[in-house]
This record gives sequence, C-alpha cells and structure tokens, in this order.
Amino acid sequence: MTSTSSRPTTAPVAPRRPPTTGLCLALTAVLAGSVVCGVALGPVGIPFGDVLRFLQAALTGGTVDAAEAGPYRIVWDIRLPRVLLAAVVGAGLSAVGVAIQAMVRNALADPYVLGISSGASVGATAVATTGLFASLGIYALSTAAFLAALAAMAIVYLVAGRNLTPLRLVLTGTAMAYGFSAIAMLLVFQSPRGEAARAAMFWLLGSLGGVTWASLPIAASVVGAGVLYLRTRAKHLNALSMGDETATTLGIDVSRTRQELFLVTAAMTGVLVAVSGAVGFVGLMLPHLVRLVVGADHRKVLAVAPLAGACFLIWVDVAARLLAAPEELPLGVITAALGVPCFILLMRRRGYVFGGR
Amino acid sequence: MDLRLDGLAVDRILHGVDLHAGAGEVHGIVGPNGSGKSTTLRCVYRALKPSGGVVLLNGRDITTARVRDTARDLAALTQDSHVEFDFTVAEVVAMGRLPHRGTPRQDEEVQADALSRVDAAHLADRSFLTLSGGERQRVLIARALAQQPKVLVLDEPTNHLDISHQLAVLEVVRSLGVTVLAVLHDLNLAAAYCDRLHVLDHGRVVRSGAPAEVLTPEVLREVFHVRAHVVRHPTSGVPQLLFEHRETHQ
Repeated sequence: MTSTSSRPTTAPVAPRRPPTTGLCLALTAVLAGSVVCGVALGPVGIPFGDVLRFLQAALTGGTVDAAEAGPYRIVWDIRLPRVLLAAVVGAGLSAVGVAIQAMVRNALADPYVLGISSGASVGATAVATTGLFASLGIYALSTAAFLAALAAMAIVYLVAGRNLTPLRLVLTGTAMAYGFSAIAMLLVFQSPRGEAARAAMFWLLGSLGGVTWASLPIAASVVGAGVLYLRTRAKHLNALSMGDETATTLGIDVSRTRQELFLVTAAMTGVLVAVSGAVGFVGLMLPHLVRLVVGADHRKVLAVAPLAGACFLIWVDVAARLLAAPEELPLGVITAALGVPCFILLMRRRGYVFGGR
Repeated sequence: MDLRLDGLAVDRILHGVDLHAGAGEVHGIVGPNGSGKSTTLRCVYRALKPSGGVVLLNGRDITTARVRDTARDLAALTQDSHVEFDFTVAEVVAMGRLPHRGTPRQDEEVQADALSRVDAAHLADRSFLTLSGGERQRVLIARALAQQPKVLVLDEPTNHLDISHQLAVLEVVRSLGVTVLAVLHDLNLAAAYCDRLHVLDHGRVVRSGAPAEVLTPEVLREVFHVRAHVVRHPTSGVPQLLFEHRETHQ
C-alpha cells in the first residue's frame, strides 16, 4: 500500500505525554516531602526541623531531650504510622482501581464494585454495635472487617460462578453490595448503643484515626506485593481492555487471568478496608486522573497511579485532621471535595475520551 | 501452516463443519446471516469451545496447546473490538507483540512495519478512539499482523473500509504468504481474493471449491435466495456476480 503513502499526514491529536520514569521520580520526591509535611501538620503543629530531627533520631538510634518527649511521641507514635498508612492505602486503592476498571472493562468501576467493602462493613458494624470480638481490643474492628471481607469475596466468587465475565462480576458485586449494606444498616438501626452506631458510620466513610504501628506491616506488605503482581500483569490488563475475544487471540488465558486478578484485588481491598474503612473516590478517580496524564497503557498507569494515590491520600488525611480540628472529618468527605473539582478541571483541559466516547 | 476443521459442531449453530486450508492458501467463508460463519471462526481463534469436532493446526488439536502458544501461530481480527480506554494506535498495535518475547527494538520494527502495511503509519500517535471506523479496522489488522502469525483469521476484514482500502487490505493479506481464513460478505471480493470458498448454510458447509465452482446461480438462489448472473472479470477472469433486483424478478 505504498501508492498512497504520499498523502499529507494529519496533525497529531494525541496529547504530548510526559516520560513515565521522570514522572515517577518526581512523584517519589513529592511523596517523601508529603510524608514529612503530613507528620508536621496537625492540630499540634510541629516545626519541620524538629520533625526531621526526630525522624533521624528514631531511625539512627539517636537521643532526644526529655523536654521534647511529648512532640517526639506525637511524631513517632501517632503521626508517622498514620501518614505511612495513608500512603499505603492511597497507593493500594489507586492500583486496585486501575486493575478493576480494566478487568471488568468499565470506566465507572472502583475497588468497591465487587462488594468486598460492603461485606467488610457488615463485620465492622457488627463489632461496633454488638461488642463482638471484644477480647481483641482495638483490633476487633479491623479483624472483623477483614474476616467479613473474605467471606464477601467467597460469596461473590461463588455466586458469579467460575466464568467471571465482566458483566456477571459487576452485577454480582453490585447486588451483593446492596445486600451487605442492608445488613449493616439494619445492625446500626437495631443497635441500642447510639454512640456505637455513629462510630460505625464514621468508620464506613474512612478514617485513619487511631492507627498504630501494628497495622502497618500487614497492610504495607499486602499492598506492596499486590501492586508488584499487578504491574507484572500490566500487558494482560491492556489486552483485557480490548475485549475477551481479542485478549484470547493475543494469548491471554482470559478466565484464569480474571480469577487471579479477582483474588488479588479482592484481598487487597479487604485489607485496605479493614485498616481504613471504605475511603471513596480514590479508587475511582485517581486511575482516570493518571490516565489523563500518561495515557491508557497499564505499564505506565500502574507505575504512576500508586505513587500519585499515596501522595493524594496523605494530603487528604492532613486535611481531615486540620479542617475541623480538634474534630476529625471522615476521609471520604475530603476525597470527594478535593477530587471532584480537580477532576472536572483536568477533564475540561484535555480531550479525555471516556469509555468509547 | 495447515489448518483443518474436522466435524466442528456447536450446539444449535454448527452441525459438523469440515474445511481444510493448506499452508499459504487464502480461504473465504461466505453465507447468509446466521449461517454460522463467525461461530466457526470463534472456534478457530479459541474464543469458543466447540461441543464437537476439532480444529487442527498442523495436525495438532488446537485446544491442547497453551493459549499463548496458539497466539504465536494464529492471529485474528474479531468482531468484538469495543475499547474502553484511550489507547494510542501505537499502543494498540504493540499488543500484537504480547505473545512474543522480542527485544523492544525488534518489537518496534515489527509494529512500524505492520502499521505501514495497512497505510496507517501516520496514525501511530493518534488516540484509537478518535479514529474513523475504517481507520480503526486497519489498525486492528495491523495489530494482527504485528503478531507475525502463520495463520490469519479475519472476521469481515473489509468492514467499514472504503473501496480502495478494501482492495488494499485484501492485497496485503494475500501478499503475506500465510494461511488465511476469512469471513467475507462481499462475494465479488471473495471471488477475487480467495483461492477457495466455502459456503455455509444453517451451520453446514454446503459447497466448497474454487470461486468459479462455488459461486453459481444455483448456489446463490438456494443459499442466498437471490437471482444472479455470473460474468467473467474482463482482466483477471475471476467470476463476478451481477444481481437481479428483487422487484424485477417475480
């Protein structure tokens, strides 16, 4: 077909996209800065110099003046684990959102579309309203949420059947989510303990209050391993977003790949919901924001999205602490308030094509 | 590569389809709507498991190979090409390299070559979703070419294409020297570009052979329910069809 090659070429329509490596390096720097800021900012402000000094002391085994024991405790025991967990949760939700949108081929999907989080909320509200697992103390809520998430995952998997087609998965997840939410609501309304019901609602909207070092290792390792796994499946996700038949002709074992993806994303979601509640918006919008900048190739999206999500949620949590201090706002309220305008702005600036126009 | 369909059956759609395409031959499947053409192809590119019969690639049952190994030998243009996300044309074509383990440099050369073969090199940086139907179709064919297949399965490859690109795409497909199995709606194009044609009707192959043997007024009347005259193409000599308009034949 060389005869027509002399035709004038049309002007490139695709937006210029930044190199992914540079973007990742920049985001890593922003992430480090965000961690320090996140530790410094709060109802009790701590000077940046002190934050860096305390962190250095803690990491290298240095000493801190007895007079500074109070601020040091705040930095090391309260703020740092909380900020790091915010980063882990943000990274995890973004990565899971990316994977689920490709896996069910639906731009409106998010980590909660599989019904896992609603399942977890049943466990959490049961603990908050009935005092179940009281022997586990402060871990009762997380443990119950995680166990309930696992149960929900098994139920959705069994109901959807072995053949996890996108539509079956979304419909099953959505239907189950309604069921689980109904049970959670029933528990809240039936509860004689009004304060407990309020706590449960607060937890459902997402919060990192009361986080300790103890919850960090599990969440960080599950999210870390999950993100690494998803990155090895980036090309598969590309193929899956072209349709199951096309993916098959490209050499993907579609049903096995989708089963693996379901298990990994559901486990990640379960852990994230257990440590932080159901933080909305991040898993839906961050993937789109990242695609706006780097395009749809999942090799790029999955490199950038976890970093962007981590930075984003650290600042969301800072806002949750500061805006109504000394009260705390639920994270879900802030993610929506920050994310929606930001998203509209980006969408207007570039010709972003959502799901086949 | 040698492609053989032996008694291929799918519940209520296909009732024993037999077909043999030798290495490097271009075979066309024609037939009315609902005759099982796409279903036959879906069994060949493994989107569908037949309820009976086998598809043999070089004598080996295709379902015994790993999907990825099949994808190295066989590429397909499917009818299911709904794209949810905003991939660039280059990214779409790059997916054709998925089953292979090439160096990035090799992959890029193959992709660029595939795009220029379908006259789409100038589209590389465009967003796939902003292309016209015909441009998309050419890009999807380029993706199949990027797989460097030995067997090419095409479901209506000339769909959405203007006449010049219809001819060009079929010429490219012929020039590859690979085994081709294509569903074609345009019988005249099928006659011009296929070595052999198979007429499918109600899930069975009712006629197989060279275009001149298959495209006869009787077959067109019995299978397609149209009246047609067969004439010889003045330069190539392949049979071409002239159809009687329905209102003129009572």
